[in-house]
Amino acid sequence: MRLANPIPPRIVSMIQVAPMALIFTTMVLLPLGLIFVVSFLDYDFARVFPELYLGSWEDVLTSQLTRDLYAKTFKFVAIVWAVTALLGFCIAYFLAFHVRTMTVRLMLLATVAIPFWTSGPIRAVSWVPLLGREGLVNQALMGLGITSEPLSWLMYSEFAVLIAYVHLLTLPMIVCMVNSMGKIPPSVIQAAQDAGASEWQIIRDIILPLIRPGIAIGTIFVVTAVMGDAFIVKQMSGGQVNTATMAIVTELNAFMYPPAAAKSVVMLVIVLALVGVLLRFADIRKELQR
Amino acid sequence: MNLALKQDPAEISPKAPKLQQATMGHRFDAELVAVTKRYGPGAPAVDDISLRIPRGSYCCLLGPSGCGKSTTLRMLAGHEDVTEGAILIHGTEITNKPPVERGTSMMFQDYALFPHLSALDNVAFSLKVRGVAKEERRNQAREYLELVQMDHLAERLPNQLSGGQQQRVALARSLITRPKVLLLDEPLSALDPFLRIRMRAELKRIQKELGISFIHVTHSQDEALALADLIVVMNDAVIMQAAPAREVFETPANAFVARFLGGHNVIRSEGREVSVRADQCRLGRMPGMRALEGVIGMIEYQGTQVRITITKDDEDYTVLMDAPTYFAQSPEIGEPGVMSWEASDEHVLG
Repeated sequence: MRLANPIPPRIVSMIQVAPMALIFTTMVLLPLGLIFVVSFLDYDFARVFPELYLGSWEDVLTSQLTRDLYAKTFKFVAIVWAVTALLGFCIAYFLAFHVRTMTVRLMLLATVAIPFWTSGPIRAVSWVPLLGREGLVNQALMGLGITSEPLSWLMYSEFAVLIAYVHLLTLPMIVCMVNSMGKIPPSVIQAAQDAGASEWQIIRDIILPLIRPGIAIGTIFVVTAVMGDAFIVKQMSGGQVNTATMAIVTELNAFMYPPAAAKSVVMLVIVLALVGVLLRFADIRKELQR
Repeated sequence: MNLALKQDPAEISPKAPKLQQATMGHRFDAELVAVTKRYGPGAPAVDDISLRIPRGSYCCLLGPSGCGKSTTLRMLAGHEDVTEGAILIHGTEITNKPPVERGTSMMFQDYALFPHLSALDNVAFSLKVRGVAKEERRNQAREYLELVQMDHLAERLPNQLSGGQQQRVALARSLITRPKVLLLDEPLSALDPFLRIRMRAELKRIQKELGISFIHVTHSQDEALALADLIVVMNDAVIMQAAPAREVFETPANAFVARFLGGHNVIRSEGREVSVRADQCRLGRMPGMRALEGVIGMIEYQGTQVRITITKDDEDYTVLMDAPTYFAQSPEIGEPGVMSWEASDEHVLG
């Protein structure tokens, strides 16, 4: 039986897409356009004038200060990515190939995930009793006689920011990699063992190439989270470390919308470019399908 | 159950293979000695089985799913620990050795090709991990791809190959390790019927050419009968019968073997349980022959033969008759039917 369909299929598709298109246009594209326009406007301490002013862009593209800010951001991205990728791979590999039962695997994954049931501010504050001057780590180091006075760089420092990032972002890295590893049939690993491959050779020649999409997705998580974050930097460095995103927040708080807008556009372009490169690395659509 | 040990190995040895093994001086390519596999409390998956596979045999492990045949194969491969007992390959004990030190190679049911490597690099993988130079290993891999007639598609990735082609690559990848025994886990079950018959001829050809033993797990009796020098029928974790194909078919050891192989009627005759081949049974009462009366339940035309099912007391009995005889008699479904057979065709079951 064929149902008579008076609406052409092209129109039907357009109607189906319409709600999402509407939301995307009004909530994403229009505000982005607005930000782009504002970045070219003049401003004073409280207002934005509808007059062309290229100072904000000049500042973003030429000043040494902005370049330092971006350098700091990229440094964080690189270090956090390297550490979370290594940690994430080791933990994911253990969970996927050395833990035999699904129950134990899920239990172990849960222990990693449970700290994230608390809110961000609570987690940020809870680092103090561990890393602070009077914290557990310093007490232990002094108690063991390794240091004579408390280490000051454990908390409210770049180191503390990195620790918090790694803690936050190792989990998505693990989940993405475990997911990819779970898709490797056990027989493929056994076939490699039959061929005489050592554990290290299996990791290098079989597992790493096959989990590339998982690594790419995990990397996107890490890159976008670190580049878009101002909260952790502020909390963990006590305001002593400045990044490009922190600068945007500071300017917003000071009602300096045009330079904040210009920096935001630059940030967006960089993140989109990075994601674009990562997507070339792995067929993510295929990864999400199954 | 040590039926296999009573077997005279000389009887089942195939004709001298063309390519002889490097290692001589052993009588059996593979031996299982009282091997048991338990996964936990309860019935074992494999229960105290012993089996000897003579040199250069094509051996089929045949049985219904869950009978322990795949577990047995995986224990041979070293992918499953042996709970009790010992496994020998070429007379050397390898029970607890890792897969690569056993001299076995496994061809997996899902082929297990490395999806990111070309057919050629899949085959060359075992040479790569041994540190053979690129040019050298690719040349060798190409030879094995030629053996399985896949050299023209050497650069393709596995997902660009059909099921049958992937299987040939998997076979080449297993053979390049020069195994003493090749293990095949339901190798033909994913292929369509036409390809399955072609591929099984191919397997037999390659086995004869290399002269090594193949141990092939299957649940298809046709496949086992067509391929095997030695058929090992398994059920409920034990070996029911291990013998050459003809012996298994003509003199099944028990009712299970007779029923599982098909083409047999299991009948109570003179107070004993006997099997009679369906093609030796006739329709209609014959003078001097034993008979059984029932109702004709089903008629299947199969081209050269017609398969007639006679139902009596909820049991089905089968008569295979040739087409001309069938059309001469032209029985109808629902009519009373008599199946008769010669007393001399009865085979007493254990």
